[in-house]
Amino acid sequence: MVDIQNLHKKFGKNQVLSGVDLSIREGGIFAILGPNGSGKTTLIKAVLGMVIPNKGEIMVLGENIKKNSEYRHKIDYLPQIANFPSNLRVRELIKMIKDLRKPTDEDQRLIELFRLEPFLDKKLGNLSGGTKQKVNLVLTFMFNSPLIILDEPTTGLDPISLIRLKDLIKAEKAKGKTILITSHIMSFVEEISDEIVFILEGKIYFKGPISELKTKTNQPDFEHAIASILTDNHA
Amino acid sequence: MKNQILFFITIFMAWSSIAQTITVCKTCAVSTIQSAITQAKDFDTIFVKKGTYKEHNIVVDKPLTIIGEKYPVIDGELKGEIITIISDNVTVDGLFIINVGTSYTEDYAAIRVKNSKNFVIQNLVLEKLFFGIYIEKSRDGKVYHNKIIGDAVEEYNSGNGIQLWYSKNVEIEHNFVQHVRDGIYLEFSDDCLIKNNVSTLNVRYGLHFMFSNDDVYQDNLFEKNGAGVAVMFSKRIKMYSNIFKENWGTASYGMLLKEINDAEIIGNTFEDNTIGINIEGSNRITYKHNDFKNNGWAIKVKGACYTNTFTENNFLYNSFDIAYNSNVNDNIFDKNYWSNYTGYDLDKNGVGDVPYRPVKLFSYIVNRTPETIILLRSMFIDIIDFSEKVSPVFTPDNLLDNNPLIKRITW
Amino acid sequence: MLKILKYSFFDLMRSRWSYVYFAFYLLLGVVLLFLNNDLSKAVITLMNVIIVLVPLIGTIFGVMYYYNSQEFTELLLAQPIKRSSIFLGQYLGVALSLSMSLILGLGIPFVFYGLFESSAIWDFSLLLITGTFLTLIFTALAFNIALSNENKIKGFGYAILLWLFLAVIYDGLFLMTLVLFEDYPLDKLSLIGTMLNPIDLSRTLILLKLDISALLGYTGAVFKQFFGTSFGLVVSFFMLTVWVALPVLRIVFKSKRKDF
Repeated sequence: MVDIQNLHKKFGKNQVLSGVDLSIREGGIFAILGPNGSGKTTLIKAVLGMVIPNKGEIMVLGENIKKNSEYRHKIDYLPQIANFPSNLRVRELIKMIKDLRKPTDEDQRLIELFRLEPFLDKKLGNLSGGTKQKVNLVLTFMFNSPLIILDEPTTGLDPISLIRLKDLIKAEKAKGKTILITSHIMSFVEEISDEIVFILEGKIYFKGPISELKTKTNQPDFEHAIASILTDNHA
Repeated sequence: MKNQILFFITIFMAWSSIAQTITVCKTCAVSTIQSAITQAKDFDTIFVKKGTYKEHNIVVDKPLTIIGEKYPVIDGELKGEIITIISDNVTVDGLFIINVGTSYTEDYAAIRVKNSKNFVIQNLVLEKLFFGIYIEKSRDGKVYHNKIIGDAVEEYNSGNGIQLWYSKNVEIEHNFVQHVRDGIYLEFSDDCLIKNNVSTLNVRYGLHFMFSNDDVYQDNLFEKNGAGVAVMFSKRIKMYSNIFKENWGTASYGMLLKEINDAEIIGNTFEDNTIGINIEGSNRITYKHNDFKNNGWAIKVKGACYTNTFTENNFLYNSFDIAYNSNVNDNIFDKNYWSNYTGYDLDKNGVGDVPYRPVKLFSYIVNRTPETIILLRSMFIDIIDFSEKVSPVFTPDNLLDNNPLIKRITW
Repeated sequence: MLKILKYSFFDLMRSRWSYVYFAFYLLLGVVLLFLNNDLSKAVITLMNVIIVLVPLIGTIFGVMYYYNSQEFTELLLAQPIKRSSIFLGQYLGVALSLSMSLILGLGIPFVFYGLFESSAIWDFSLLLITGTFLTLIFTALAFNIALSNENKIKGFGYAILLWLFLAVIYDGLFLMTLVLFEDYPLDKLSLIGTMLNPIDLSRTLILLKLDISALLGYTGAVFKQFFGTSFGLVVSFFMLTVWVALPVLRIVFKSKRKDF
């Protein structure tokens, strides 16, 4: 599904990714984890073509993504902080994104799911952070693409919406989709992901199921396993 | 009875001798103008019928009236001067004179008046000429309603439309002069009146004065000449209600004043000229009720000019209102309207509360380095002009209009 | 690209700032014409406004829009749309909405004033065309600055500096150069100097209309050809087009290589 070879990226003097090799098979939920500044978002953005790598190759669904924008038809992406043009109404934004990509009817179901009907005619500038995130989710999930990338999807969500989101992600997985998630909420990651990819100092430190990580670090639970990696490497 | 008959005979003879007319036409007994003049007695009238007469060096040596009917053509065939008047009381009317000879040694004219009095030159049309109407050492005449169309391209081989030389008290009215060197030229000629003429597209000046005093010119239009009007070395010239327009070019101006004293310049319009009035060494001149509109420089003062007064003029949208090449000023600017004035009138008396300073620093800079003109109306220039306005260094600091008017003056 | 342009344009058309800008010009037009009643004076004042304010507003607005829509841009970047389309679309959206505010804001009062029967229509059209060009140029320059500077404060700073440089400082340096080298023939230099600054270029175009009498007083042959014939007009418009094209090309170039 996604094949990354020897990916390097530098921002100025700051080496963010130094030789990432990663292969993600089709189907399943993959959590990308790592401390702040480890390069999670950079990695995701490189896959999306938003960050141009200094070195290395990225293949998505068998296509090299260099100088290509068509492959993004097959990706749904949820950005980390969603700030939309504040003058636009929710309805218009959804219509606009559909206009830019392709027509779909999924949005109705998602709007109902996240109870967004009362906000459809509100301007985006007047929405709360959580509501914006819900709109963001609608925009992401309505296209039914084989690859879904979620950057901090839980930000600002209330517990009920969180549950709905989890259900939604699981449902997508059941359709055989590939889902990449970054999150800082360990319980969320543990509950939902099949495999985790741990990035440390610009390299893949660990890739595999959570159980494997627990054995590797000799820790009984996931949170401590992560913590032990961090303390070991920063000590 | 006999006495009575004699009396009537005398009267008849006297009458016939005054009113005798001679008709010239191609098929008449008299077929040339020169022969008609030779045959004519004093105070006869010669009628010239329509047709073409190839003649030159026609000399009018007695008081005659020569009238063309339906504009007969006198073709000089480029051989020299065409008509020369050397007698008093001559009237020439309604001729179409073409092909005056060109010479570098003699000023051939279509029609010359020499040492004569009481002449009238009117309703002539002159084309393909060297000099047009040349009045020489004559006085008390009229040049009225003539049309002079030359084809001058360069100064050195062209002549003037109407030229006065050592003449006095001549009225030049309603003439139309185009494409000659100087439209109207006065040299050593005093007490003349130049009125309602149109002088355009001339190579050098529309009107040119040299060493001529006490002349008046008014209601004339000078447009698109090499330069509008040059008034040089003359005294007490009155210039009223003329229009000076579109005299464009490097050394071009609506009016040039050089060594002029005690003149009056009133009610004129200077519009779209590179320089409205260019003043050099001229003193005691009154400028009043003139409109200066859209000129590059409304007034450019060079050299020493003393006690001139500029009152109640309108300065409208000129690139520069006044330019001085020194920072000394002895001239008075008062109660003018300046469209560039940015002051205010809090007491609502129609007079601005802050004086206006018509000389800009930038005009000083342009004077020094002409290429800088390209920065005209730049914000940087506005800033340096402002600072100079606050504390004048390069421009005369007493050059102020202390009573700038708020509204354009009408009169 | 047209879709992005459409959305950016409508987004801006609904923004408060477009109205402020539009209202400002409307007010300016009305005040100049109906309180002053002097068309020639109005055109001169408008010229000052256009060569000073239009670039400033274009720059500030361009930078502001870019930074404000950064997150939205990221959303678009993840969509299957070419990068150049996104940025050109946004750029044109800003530039066109600003131009429209300018043209309508000034145009409406002038039309009511009876512009079409007036001889000033050419001067006025020239002003509007120049204003539009300046908007296109300075918005593009602003996008360039914003694309090269992640830091908003820096971006704004550079934008203001750019405007200050082109509107004021450049002319100061230009003037100094001309005065220092006054012994040499300078007419070519001065024309080239004008071509290199879009504000000066626009100013020259307007001078061709307003101050032609003064400009023709200068002796240089190059000057004369430039100002005396339509040559100057053609060259100036050509250079203005180049001034639009270069920064726009850089937007395309830069956007392809930028990380978000």
